[in-house]
Amino acid sequence: MSPGTSLPVHRPPTGPLVSMLRVRDLAVGFGRQPGTDPVVAGVSFDIAPGECLALVGESGSGKSVTARSLLGLAGDGAWLEATELAINGSDVIGLSEAQWRRRRGRDVGLVLQDALVSLDPLRPIGREIADSLRLHTTLDRAARRARVQEVLERVGLPDGRTRVRQRSGELSGGQRQRALIASAIALDPPLLLVDEPTTALDLTVQAQILDLLESLKRHGTAILLISHDLAVVGRIADRIAVMNAGRIVEQGPAARLLASPRQEQTRRMIAAIPVDKPRGTRLAAPVDRADAPASPPAPPAFYVSAPTMPPASSASPAPAPASAPASSPVPSPVPSPGEVVLEAVGLVKTFRRPDGSDQRAVDGVSFRLARGTTLGLVGESGSGKTTTARLLLALGRPDEGEVRVLGRPFSAATERQRRRLRPELGAVYQDALSSFDPRLTVDAVLRDAVRGARHAARSGSAGRGTAARDRARVAELLDQVSLPSTLLTRRPLSLSGGQRQRVGIARALASEPQIIVCDEPVSSLDVTVQAQVLDLLDELQRERGLSLLVISHDLGVIQHASDQVAVMLDGRIVEIGATTQVFGAPQHPYTQSLLAAVPGLA
Amino acid sequence: MSDLEIQADLGRQARARSPRRRRISVAEALAGAFALFLIAAAFAPSLVAPGDPLAIDPLSAFQAPNLVHWFGTDESGRDIFTRVSHGTGGSLVIGTLATGIGLGLGIVLGTMAGMLGRIVDFTVNRFLEVLFAFPGLLLALLVILVFGPGIQTATVAVGLATAPGYARIIRAQLISVRSAAFVEAATVLGRGRWQILVRHILPNTLAPLFVLGTLGIGQAVVWASALSYLGLGAAPPAAEWGAMLSAGRTYITSAWWLAFFPGLFIVLTAVTATSLGRALERRLRHA
Amino acid sequence: MTGTAAGALRPDGAPRSARPLRARPWLAVRRSIPGLLAARLVGAVFVLWAVATITFFAIRLIPGDPAEAILGGPGSQTSPEALTAVRAQYGLDQPVLVQYLAQLGRLARGDLGRSYALRQDVAPLLVGQLGGTLLLAALALVVAWLFALVLATWSTRGGRFAWYLGSGLEIVAAALPHFWLATALIVLFSVWLGVLPPISTPGPAGLVLPVLTLAIPLAGFLGQIMRESLLTALESPFVLSARARGEGERGVRWIHALRHASLPAISLSGWAFGSLISGAVVVETIFARPGLGRTILNAVTVRDVPVVIGVVMIVAIGYILMTVITDLAQWIADPRLRRR
Repeated sequence: MSPGTSLPVHRPPTGPLVSMLRVRDLAVGFGRQPGTDPVVAGVSFDIAPGECLALVGESGSGKSVTARSLLGLAGDGAWLEATELAINGSDVIGLSEAQWRRRRGRDVGLVLQDALVSLDPLRPIGREIADSLRLHTTLDRAARRARVQEVLERVGLPDGRTRVRQRSGELSGGQRQRALIASAIALDPPLLLVDEPTTALDLTVQAQILDLLESLKRHGTAILLISHDLAVVGRIADRIAVMNAGRIVEQGPAARLLASPRQEQTRRMIAAIPVDKPRGTRLAAPVDRADAPASPPAPPAFYVSAPTMPPASSASPAPAPASAPASSPVPSPVPSPGEVVLEAVGLVKTFRRPDGSDQRAVDGVSFRLARGTTLGLVGESGSGKTTTARLLLALGRPDEGEVRVLGRPFSAATERQRRRLRPELGAVYQDALSSFDPRLTVDAVLRDAVRGARHAARSGSAGRGTAARDRARVAELLDQVSLPSTLLTRRPLSLSGGQRQRVGIARALASEPQIIVCDEPVSSLDVTVQAQVLDLLDELQRERGLSLLVISHDLGVIQHASDQVAVMLDGRIVEIGATTQVFGAPQHPYTQSLLAAVPGLA
Repeated sequence: MSDLEIQADLGRQARARSPRRRRISVAEALAGAFALFLIAAAFAPSLVAPGDPLAIDPLSAFQAPNLVHWFGTDESGRDIFTRVSHGTGGSLVIGTLATGIGLGLGIVLGTMAGMLGRIVDFTVNRFLEVLFAFPGLLLALLVILVFGPGIQTATVAVGLATAPGYARIIRAQLISVRSAAFVEAATVLGRGRWQILVRHILPNTLAPLFVLGTLGIGQAVVWASALSYLGLGAAPPAAEWGAMLSAGRTYITSAWWLAFFPGLFIVLTAVTATSLGRALERRLRHA
Repeated sequence: MTGTAAGALRPDGAPRSARPLRARPWLAVRRSIPGLLAARLVGAVFVLWAVATITFFAIRLIPGDPAEAILGGPGSQTSPEALTAVRAQYGLDQPVLVQYLAQLGRLARGDLGRSYALRQDVAPLLVGQLGGTLLLAALALVVAWLFALVLATWSTRGGRFAWYLGSGLEIVAAALPHFWLATALIVLFSVWLGVLPPISTPGPAGLVLPVLTLAIPLAGFLGQIMRESLLTALESPFVLSARARGEGERGVRWIHALRHASLPAISLSGWAFGSLISGAVVVETIFARPGLGRTILNAVTVRDVPVVIGVVMIVAIGYILMTVITDLAQWIADPRLRRR
């Protein structure tokens, strides 16, 4: 790390530990009258130099608003109140816009998620990084350029000379995020606000970015890290504050908070993390109706005896311990092992790239899904998981190889022949909303599915009573996914993410399929909602002996939900085997590197 | 691109910006009220303006707008408000018919391009591309050159000139709906091609046509009156707005109201159509 | 959690199976200048051929004898000998295919034939008219851009009132028919205020009203487009990043937002050209300005076929040139198009 030569370098904490950021009773809102309808209230915390405080909460908990109000950027028409708000020892309450502007970038830096749009896509990154130098210093052009090179090197982007001319779209996801961090630390601000810095990044890249933040911290920068993901923050946070509905519900040292959470919300979030939770354990406290606000139920037994949760050590992220084999997976009630319900044989799918060359998105993928079990397909973005899912559902024709369902040809059949088999094969999609016709209500969506199933079964196509029977079946389906019947008249657009995914599952169940293909079924959901959906899938599998193919980029989800795991890389399956075996003793180097990057709580 | 495509695009963007607004805004209310007035004037002009649009009264010629003659009188003493009101029917009929022709052709071409495979799509697209090299009014002028001036020709000309815009919007809509995730989901559920077409693709493609039609009528009224104004559409004795404006042009130095008020109605009709189209767009999608 | 989800089941990383909804695949932005120009050239030849073909066969739908039209319309007394002579002179006694090929050959050589009504060669006639129309259209385009920029930037920073006023003005402006706007401007500036000539006199003063007439409706369209994209840009994360670096309101707008806001408006230049030409027909007629617009209107009125064809061909060439310019402008303004 080369310290900046021309600029004030970090002052390491001298003497008593002063706080770099001091917040007392912060309240922010967008109501017309200051003080009314706060979205954030009573928020207090301190961050010392070289310390990382993680603000964790689910979407809408007010964490981003909190961070932005620390820059005076809460938004148009926002009001802010606090008994104390001090950055680097000086009070910032009631600063004018011009005064704020002088501090932004110099005293406080901000790093947002998704650098593709957080850096101006039309400007070279060199200019973006040099902006704060231009605004806050009197450095001339050459000096600025030199400083930009220095900062780029510091964030691990060498070759600065060519880099500075590139734009965010020309960089890979990780490089881009580094460039964004560089633009925030160009003046080496003593306080850095980092909003979901690793969301949307692949696991291995995510680990690198966290390492970079860690090194900034060691250098003396105070970091406020905002995240929805306890597992990610556990890796670098010294202290964690959990936010819910605009308030901090629990705050404490990271190790203590993760090991023995005191508040219900914290416990739920920790329990919902699927990593290292054996197959069959519930992740969410049982809820009567999906997404109902948590009526505080007694904490399940495994919270209390949490031996798998040693104190978090921010350093070595150990690969997942092989504790899973000890607790044997809960056996499925329909264990007729050996019978293959879904089979992929040497699937190959090639796409034409825009430049005319061919890209093998799927390159010789073979696997078998046994009845009543779950096969997890895991891989990073671009590994070919989703293309595989499309081939399995016959939404595309493989160039080579074939898909067999219940031993019968599926991909090789005509669509007419396939239609007989389709009811046996359900699908759950990542973006549930777009999988519903926007004109239809939940009732119409489910009724369509039920009617389709009835036609496929050819059981009394018409006649009296069918409408009533369909209605009863819709009600039954809703019940199976724990949704209240009051939702029937709503359109999916007005439902929450978890509810939408449940409607999607209900639709998939309508034809009583034997197999369900789930493509990233929980990846756009908050952790606790994700936990409920995973529990639901697990429950349905045990009740009805479903065979599941779960596709995810999230190793935790895969580890928790699968009996068998297939690891995909560049269109191929590089490792396949029993979950316990793959996670306990990975053979392929890629699997090993993936597992090493998992930001587990351990 | 055509004016219509831009209008349709802007409507969509405005909707995205104001995700749900149930309340009727002041502008929408005004637009709705004027639309009602236009419809009343079109179907029962004497209800709105009881006088005779052709009644000549030379003694009261060239009166400026006053309490008796709200919009003033013309060179023969005819009441302009009465004439403008009675001209509503003609103007709207031309606008509606032209929109019908344009939309109809657009549906045919757009559906062909969107449904009949790559070769047809390619051909139709090239054809549309060529038509876009004729700016709207030029295409209309070409039609008039061939078939001679007159109200019917002007109507057909405006319809033909707007058809490429409709066709392209409908094609794009069809293609985006056809490849939408919910259509794939229906395939996975085992629905047949026909079922998917009838249940999902057509309704989702046709709903936006209401919006397009509303926007289109406004445009067509403007265009048709432009042709009349140029002397290629409705001829002056008729109480069509463009023709009235054209006739009033002779007197603009002394009696501006002759040309002003027919034009004002054209402008208000176009603004009303735009506002209503956008309001409709918002509500259709968020129903 | 992967934040974006374009479709429920899209091949990750792989190109979408659906064809992109690009309006002009064969005229699409290529990644290199020579590639772009080559593709353009092929496209341009095709469009010109198609325009010529469509006009040729459309003209044949005109009822009546073209030879009579040449000699002054059906009403005029013409001897059979004169008709035969004219038919031979214009090749009207040849089979249709021969006439068509001959027509294409003449067009390829730049020979637009002879005007029926004006009794002179069309090509030089139109070239003489071209300058006036181009000047008018170019000035109107510049003025429209200025109006739109001012209106869009002002209405997005002046609070609610400015917002409603700005967007209202734009919707009304976009709906103004040229013929009425021209009349209103003449009444206001020539009749009442008496500051500007009501017909287009040579010199800058004569240009003001025609340019305003063309620019105001165009500015209404461009302004709406710019405001929408300006708002999108101002709400985007990169603007938040810039503010967090200490960038002020002016910097945010000038360095970041306006550039993004102008992209969609630039892409509409081809359309803007077409609408300006349509407008020129009306404006040149009202202000009695010589130009292509007035020429084609007169030609349509007297059914002077060669002149109409000539103007259509020139406008088609102009449209094609405009799309090339548009693509180049986009290529310069948006570096993302230049990648790889």
